[in-house]
Amino acid sequence: MSQDIFALIECGAQGVAEGGFELLGKARELAEQTGGRAVALVVGEDVAGLAGELGAAALVVAVQGPALAHFTPPAYVSALKGVLEEHEPLLTLFPNSAVGMDTAAGLSAATGLPLAAYAVDIGITDGHPVITAQLYGGKMNVESKFAGGRGLVTVVAGSFPADAGREAGSPAVETVAYGGDEGAVRFQREIVPEAGDVDITKEQVLVSVGRGIGDEDDIEVAQELAEALGGAVSASRPVVDAGWLPKSRQVGKSGQKVKPKLYLALGISGAPEHLEGMRDAELIVAINQDAGAPIFGTAHYGVVGDLFDIVPELTERVKERAGA
Amino acid sequence: MNIAVLIRQVPDLAEELEVADGGTELDREYLTWVVNEFDDHALEEALQLKDSTGGTVTVLGLGTDDIDEALFTALAKGADRAVKVGAVDGPVDSHGAAAAFAEALQNESFDLILTGVQAINDVDGQVGPLVAVRLGLPHVSVVTHIAPADDGTTVTVNQEYAGGVLAEFQVTLPAVLGVQAARAVPRYAPVSRVRQLMKTATLESAAVDVAAAGGLAILRMSPPEGSGHAEMIEGDADAVVERLAGILGDRGLLPG
Repeated sequence: MSQDIFALIECGAQGVAEGGFELLGKARELAEQTGGRAVALVVGEDVAGLAGELGAAALVVAVQGPALAHFTPPAYVSALKGVLEEHEPLLTLFPNSAVGMDTAAGLSAATGLPLAAYAVDIGITDGHPVITAQLYGGKMNVESKFAGGRGLVTVVAGSFPADAGREAGSPAVETVAYGGDEGAVRFQREIVPEAGDVDITKEQVLVSVGRGIGDEDDIEVAQELAEALGGAVSASRPVVDAGWLPKSRQVGKSGQKVKPKLYLALGISGAPEHLEGMRDAELIVAINQDAGAPIFGTAHYGVVGDLFDIVPELTERVKERAGA
Repeated sequence: MNIAVLIRQVPDLAEELEVADGGTELDREYLTWVVNEFDDHALEEALQLKDSTGGTVTVLGLGTDDIDEALFTALAKGADRAVKVGAVDGPVDSHGAAAAFAEALQNESFDLILTGVQAINDVDGQVGPLVAVRLGLPHVSVVTHIAPADDGTTVTVNQEYAGGVLAEFQVTLPAVLGVQAARAVPRYAPVSRVRQLMKTATLESAAVDVAAAGGLAILRMSPPEGSGHAEMIEGDADAVVERLAGILGDRGLLPG
């Protein structure tokens, strides 16, 4: 077993993804505490060239092969299993993305290494990793450690600063050739969503609705406030899944990341997947009936109450002022 | 196509969660249990697939206290069989649930195994990939739009990434899929129908051991600390609106 901290670095056509730097910066910090190396794991058809972006790593392990040109879960698990078994890192960090979830849980089952999911913080106590995870929709933090000392962690996006890992350089590179084929899961194509009528990433004011809006017809209440404020309506996942608003309006992990001047969260509980998409808004105001809703941990101002009592009156007030 | 759906119960977030003495688990005495919402989506997707292409839907429920009602509800929605997996008498993690499901599935034959992409208490990862690797089957999580090929040997699925970007995969069956969202809002079962089935239908059971198996030692469980908590605005609607208008006005966010 080594004291190394590995991090699976997601990359795309534009090179290393933002989340990759978040993990690498944290890996370097942890490696300094354990006395091991920060090792960047990159996977793809031909990815060794990314090393120049990964100067924060002491070593880049590039796992390469034709079957890895696109992410597929079984090929990633199969390709990385050997790497982890050979290097025996103390800790391997994965992004809590579709790629990271499938790969980390698959590897946990395949290698027997324990997995701590949904991490928002990681520390080293007495040489052992201690992981703080956010569970129960953001209502509980759970601290854990690995019974055997070593393990895998999936990290929620935005938990660590990307700048800490963004460093050019020329770390040592080890290439691992993966000769497997795609197997039972075959990439067909990438589908980029069509632009919606409104680009919520460009709006200065977003009035965002969640499950608490209750009914499709009641979105009108939010729409009127958005119009009065010169903004647009966005939504959390359940509203889009219900078909009440198009996918292009979804804020969060599998929707858009937004940073408006004002984000008004109406009936949004604030699950971690949603917070990931809006926590950088300049001003966040939340109205929710549940005083324990995690959204109040991120919002600047909060109101515990019925949005239908407050929003129409606020809309009137805004309109009066506009007309004055 | 014969489909298995794996469902679990999780604490109802609408109720207050209390940490038990000892500080490492939830106080189970006061918990209300509900079916994991993503498992509900997995069941809906399975029922939609059955409606469009035929076949059967078998629901396997991890044997927590109130799972019977969830299984009868699944039958009322249109599932053909309902199987109670093991008997849970303590905390179970995802690895433990996956091991129990895998054992129960071992002597069965399904084309597709669906479960929810995640659950609110997945401290040790997601059940879908854990079950798949145990059974030696391929897996994809964060899945929507499951479309079977005409010959029934493959499905195409979409996997969701940030920004609404999707990958389309072709998956050879049998396979395990972690469902993010069904193509339709999960259906309701009339309570009268559920009650009737409780009297007339029989649940199968799979006698397997269920125990935590993830290899994590839980050190502490606690609500997130209040750092950075919102400033709460109190008062009746008039007072709240007055204050909100003031805050927005001060920041130049009001028109006019």
